Amino acid sequence: MDVEILSRVQFAFTIAFHYIYPPLSIGIGLLMVVFESLYIRTKNKQYEVLAKFWTKIFAITFGIGVVTGIVMEFEFGTNWATYSRYVGDIFGSALAAEGIFAFALESSALGVLLFGWNRVKPWVHLVATLGVFLGSMFSAVWIVVANSWQQTPTGYHIVGEGMQARAEIVDFWAMVFNPSSVDRLTHVWLGAFLAGSFLILSVHAYYILKGRYVEISKKAFKITLVVATISSLAQLFTGHSSAEGVAVNQPAKLAAFEGHFDAEAPGDLYLMGWVDKENQKVTGLKIPGGLSFMLHQDFETPVTGLNAFPEEDRPSQVNAVFQFYHLMVAIGMFLIALSLFAMWQWKRGKLFEKKWLLWTFVFTAILPQLANQFGWFAAEMGRQPWVVYGLLRTSDALSKSVQANQVLFSLILFFIVYSILLLLFIYLMNKGIKNGPYDEENYDEGSLNKAIAGVVLNDINK
Amino acid sequence: METFLGLDYPTWWFLVVGGLFSGYAILDGFDFGAGAWHMFFRQNKSREIALKAIDPTWHGNEVWLVIGGGTLFAGFPVFYGTLLSAMYTPFILFLLFIIFRGISIKFRNMEEMPWWRKMWDWSYSISSIMLAVLLGVVVGNVLNGMPLDENYEYIGGGFFEFLNPFSILVGITSLALFMMHGGIYLLLKTEGKLYDRLQDLLKKGIIFFIVSYLITTVYTLLYVTHLSEVFRENQALFVVPLLVFLSIANVPRLVSKKKYGWAFIFTSLTIALLFVLVAFELFPRLLLSSGIEANSITIYNAAASTKTLKIMMGFVAVGGPLVLLYSFFVYRTFWGKVKVDAESY
Repeated sequence: MDVEILSRVQFAFTIAFHYIYPPLSIGIGLLMVVFESLYIRTKNKQYEVLAKFWTKIFAITFGIGVVTGIVMEFEFGTNWATYSRYVGDIFGSALAAEGIFAFALESSALGVLLFGWNRVKPWVHLVATLGVFLGSMFSAVWIVVANSWQQTPTGYHIVGEGMQARAEIVDFWAMVFNPSSVDRLTHVWLGAFLAGSFLILSVHAYYILKGRYVEISKKAFKITLVVATISSLAQLFTGHSSAEGVAVNQPAKLAAFEGHFDAEAPGDLYLMGWVDKENQKVTGLKIPGGLSFMLHQDFETPVTGLNAFPEEDRPSQVNAVFQFYHLMVAIGMFLIALSLFAMWQWKRGKLFEKKWLLWTFVFTAILPQLANQFGWFAAEMGRQPWVVYGLLRTSDALSKSVQANQVLFSLILFFIVYSILLLLFIYLMNKGIKNGPYDEENYDEGSLNKAIAGVVLNDINK
Repeated sequence: METFLGLDYPTWWFLVVGGLFSGYAILDGFDFGAGAWHMFFRQNKSREIALKAIDPTWHGNEVWLVIGGGTLFAGFPVFYGTLLSAMYTPFILFLLFIIFRGISIKFRNMEEMPWWRKMWDWSYSISSIMLAVLLGVVVGNVLNGMPLDENYEYIGGGFFEFLNPFSILVGITSLALFMMHGGIYLLLKTEGKLYDRLQDLLKKGIIFFIVSYLITTVYTLLYVTHLSEVFRENQALFVVPLLVFLSIANVPRLVSKKKYGWAFIFTSLTIALLFVLVAFELFPRLLLSSGIEANSITIYNAAASTKTLKIMMGFVAVGGPLVLLYSFFVYRTFWGKVKVDAESY
């Protein structure tokens, strides 16, 4: 295997693994802020219990997210040195801004969030929780800006030639607000809210089904359901807006999303399908002219297809891009349907009566995660063969001095270590969920205070 | 070239990046040091206290690595690309040990089984030791220089090239330095039995550091002669190594008087002064080409555009005080000796 394949596999593997965690942190963080605010406003101890419980779960996701994130920052240099030199001015600035303006805030506030419950006043603690949440939101801003610039580069000029060519900033704000930044950022934020809120829904649905912590679980479920419903609906709009942007700025990628080959023909919209790249055919269920309609509100308007681009400038894995994109969309639609249905049941006062509905929620936690992964795979594979769209090819972006055996060695190490991390994550999440928000034996209707004291005592004894 | 307060922008940025990395070394340095001592504490209770001493703050300390890496990437992209790809193996190992260090602290107390805790104790301690050594090894390689071509691309060997006598010496010295530094930090945060044990250990730690520092210095003067050129050419600069010497000498003096707060300030100062020493040895180079000297990476051929550097100076001017403010608040919140009480989360 050559260095390019190995480096791409390593990057895809490490980033995909990393991306399990930050969306959970952002999404759970949002609800931690909500629960804690409710506690401070209402003085109802149940909200405090919820806030503390989800903080414990949050600590696990955040911890793994940070350490796997540091890997990403340095992997640009280790495996993609030519890329790093080429985009350092721009991509590096965004990463540095992330460190200074976002990561510093979340990491500092984290200490107070985790260890400060009894050290600072309740409102100061809420500020810390908010700090962690906002910090993680800002992190997303800079990381998405950096990635969006790779998709739709603006505000730069190229200096130097050959191996020493580099992109330099001409207009900072044009770089930050490049054509795809805002759409993609809102899409990523909402994806994170969905990942976090559906995990919370899953856990509390499970408790309700098992008859444990029922009262607070119902409270938590309802609040989280509101967040999930709004997010899943809003995601439809950011997704649509994003796709329109891709049509304008990265037509080859959009064509790959729908397996649209004809250079100048109305585009079809597939609900599902299979792309045969050799024969340039898609078999599946389609709305003829649907893609044209989505983009131009007209079934006849031509959409630029893959054949409009030279072979070497098109994504090579058209079917994979197609499948990732369609799976993401399908999951998004399912989440909308599920949350709207649950809202309707709530309105009828039957939200917690249907066991199958609660069980559906238990298993749905995995779906936003998959949609996030699929969406990124579609976005990144759809950008190929470019690492910076239209400017720098992935095959030119490598570290020239790194050898295949080194990358193979590191890839194996990452694989082993990340497998251990995943097992630990599942084990600790499972344990945290089994242990629950408080000690049931000490639970005494009406005085959760005592129960909390019980939890605290247990912690001391450990 | 455009200047700001009499210095050009690449020079400013050299100072900023150097400042950030010395900040990282001072802050995460005591975490590494504390971790390196970890297995010298025999009881579970002691280990728990030692971990609690760094638990609320190590995350904030790691931020300096993230910011340092980002500013290096943005400010000197050519250097960033060459250094990380040339030092592929040590950096990958560094990242993996960063992972193990982090999760060991996080996961150790989540289970009560003795084997579980012991496993994470070992993982935490070995990771901390390796991180301290690897940081030193990378610095040693940078000081040593490496073969580069006319595109500033590394052209030396792969896997084990980073292991050479000089970089190993620097690695061991940095471990010793962090152990001294971290030992003093733990003394500030503990009391009772653990405190007494640490006092004994610290004496050995100081001897370990002084011996390894002396050996490295002699080796440098004999075999890595390009590093002392700048001091031979400009005698006034001799004040820098002299200050390092005085700062180091002050540490055992303060420790013997049990003035650990001051001793900690002086180990921190020592780390900062060692960075100043390294800065003088390198400037204006970042990475010496060991073959053709014209291929060396300097702050000028590695720097991002002046515009980018200006924007980033703005980031640092706005963000720097914010970061210091957060840190101040967190350290103030967790000031004082560690108590094992209900405040664990």
